Amino acid sequence: MTADTPTQAPASTPGFRDGDPPEVRLLAQMLLVRRFEERCVELYSAGSIRGFLHVYVGEEAVATGVMSALEPDDAVVATYREHGHALLKGMSARAVMAEMYGKVTGCARGRGGSMHLFEAATRFYGGNAIVGGGLPLAIGLALADRLAGRDRVTACFFGEGAMAEGEFHESVNLAALWRLPVLFVCENNLYAMGTALARSESETNLAVKAAAYELPAWSVDGMDVLAVAEAADRAVQAIRAGGGPHFLEARTFRFRAHSMFDPERYREKAEVEQWKQRDPIELLRGRLVGQGTLAEADLAVMEAEVAAVVDDAAAFAEESPLEDLADLELYVHDPASSVLRRAPLLAAAREGVAP
Amino acid sequence: MSARRSPTARSGARATAVAPPPPPDDAAPTSPEPEAGPRTLTYREACREGIRAAMLADERVFLMGEDVGMYGGCFGVSMGLLEQFGPERIRDTPLSESAFVGAGIGAALGGMRPIVEIMTVNFSLLALDQIMNTAAALQHMSGGQFHVPLVIRMTTGAGRQLAAQHSHSLEGWYGHIPGIRIVAPATIPDAYGMLATALADPDPVLVFEHGGLYNASGELPAGAGAVDLDTAAVRRPGTDLTLITYGGTLPMVLEAAERLAAAGVDAEVLDLRTLRPLDDVAILGSVRRTHRAVVVDEGWRTGSLSAEVAARITEHAFYDLDAPVARVCSAEVPMPYARHLELAALPTLEGVVAAAERVLRGGA
Repeated sequence: MTADTPTQAPASTPGFRDGDPPEVRLLAQMLLVRRFEERCVELYSAGSIRGFLHVYVGEEAVATGVMSALEPDDAVVATYREHGHALLKGMSARAVMAEMYGKVTGCARGRGGSMHLFEAATRFYGGNAIVGGGLPLAIGLALADRLAGRDRVTACFFGEGAMAEGEFHESVNLAALWRLPVLFVCENNLYAMGTALARSESETNLAVKAAAYELPAWSVDGMDVLAVAEAADRAVQAIRAGGGPHFLEARTFRFRAHSMFDPERYREKAEVEQWKQRDPIELLRGRLVGQGTLAEADLAVMEAEVAAVVDDAAAFAEESPLEDLADLELYVHDPASSVLRRAPLLAAAREGVAP
Repeated sequence: MSARRSPTARSGARATAVAPPPPPDDAAPTSPEPEAGPRTLTYREACREGIRAAMLADERVFLMGEDVGMYGGCFGVSMGLLEQFGPERIRDTPLSESAFVGAGIGAALGGMRPIVEIMTVNFSLLALDQIMNTAAALQHMSGGQFHVPLVIRMTTGAGRQLAAQHSHSLEGWYGHIPGIRIVAPATIPDAYGMLATALADPDPVLVFEHGGLYNASGELPAGAGAVDLDTAAVRRPGTDLTLITYGGTLPMVLEAAERLAAAGVDAEVLDLRTLRPLDDVAILGSVRRTHRAVVVDEGWRTGSLSAEVAARITEHAFYDLDAPVARVCSAEVPMPYARHLELAALPTLEGVVAAAERVLRGGA
């Protein structure tokens, strides 16, 4: 793999071999997201990653389970806590890590950073740092599929904080009205930054709230990846069969701070510790070992393979070049735009010289 | 289009936010085939025929917005299109600007060519997140992976006694944002032909239709079609000074030029047409010839498009100037309802003539 081609085949999940039970893949995927983000936190502390960094530690079962129900051609719209979603949709760890380093080999050539990961090839549409801002985009992607007669689904992830935003209500209403093929996934981690659910929502049963828009809506244990996968699969099948949009609330918890600048004054340590008892990775690992699907030796191999991918991503990001400063203003207009063609003419006019 | 709008066209007979549908003859579908000869159309009809032609030319094009279908558009622009194209392509939306503008962005990403209509520029503020944080930014923050070929049409401007939440000219605000193109058709050929070019643009284009122009009529030449979105147009050549304007104030400025001509002053009138990016070739070229400039902008003066134009002239043509640049803008008040107050708040013919005379005196 060269610096110019950071994308790797999405099928390659470290720690998973063809023929392994699908649960092993889910475990390996959650582990990759966990270890990748743990490294991000270290690299943030070391100053290699700057800006805002929001990690998904504790919530991995949600994206992992939902993503297992999607086809490669389905679209994903996510939030600013989306490193895991990007990896699970098939972006390479290299492209994601290099983006966080602000390197030209990053998925957005260093323009996006942690909060704005994108990849056209895997139909990963961000990476949106405006709470609720991704929902309208998702329904538009689904509308295009409807108008073009394509059998695709758009999965839209957002936190429970977004359900207080107008864009949630406008978008779910429109999607339900037009029966668009969207899976709305609410990642309810109980705190919108530092605001507890009961302090921001008059109706804290979010599925009940969503159901007011006349779409199938239910809640699932977001710490149980198998339950999430089963629920998502059911929803996606129904959507693909023409059943219109569905809403899934995954009840989960963020084990770490909101971002790297969060002293966590708004919640008790005991609450965090209690949720950690239901760590989604430990739950599945215990189950797979308990039923004899995996041995401790297999887990060690999985950890080693995941670590190798994370090491490789960090090394790649470290060694990658920065974007050329001369290219600062690229990607504001499409290369085909006449704006770019005329720019030298306008510059010459300002200088008062013949172009 | 007639060069002069009557004073009544400026003050307007429409006093409701949602104008009544135009009379039935205005709604009669016209032939989709190109007319053999020139035709006389209203600005409203020119906008409609532009949409119709675009939809016939490309199946990916669809129109979406509040009351664009069964109602026929709040200003009657899309009258008859639902009957011709059906509800999948002429889509009435709920009152949810952010959702349907964002849906337009998503649909554009998904390969469609949406035209999103927002009733007025004031309502577009409810969709500002989608326009600014997504449509304009997506290409750059995705490192060039995604572009958004979306067209958003909206009504702008005052003159119809619609008061402080339906009357502003905020295109200058939008002109601040990198990543989008801003156009303001002021003539019948532009009202018809800008849309096709906007739809062919790979990036988001915002089209500002001045509400005071919808009833104006003029000629669409035979064979009229797509027009460029890059250049300003000299609507009246002149040698003594340059009157720079766009959109709804163009007819009034042309009338001011005639008033000045009667007094022996030969004014050039430049229609900016595209507000972002500004055509520096035309602006600076004209001012370097005439050495004097008056910028007429229905927006507020502070931080306005007129400020940008004046700044560019002083930055790049300062030594060509024989007088300071003058500006004629709206009074810095939320637009009042009462007719005499609204008229007093808006740029006037007399104000433009007075500014021109001041500039001709060297600014004194």
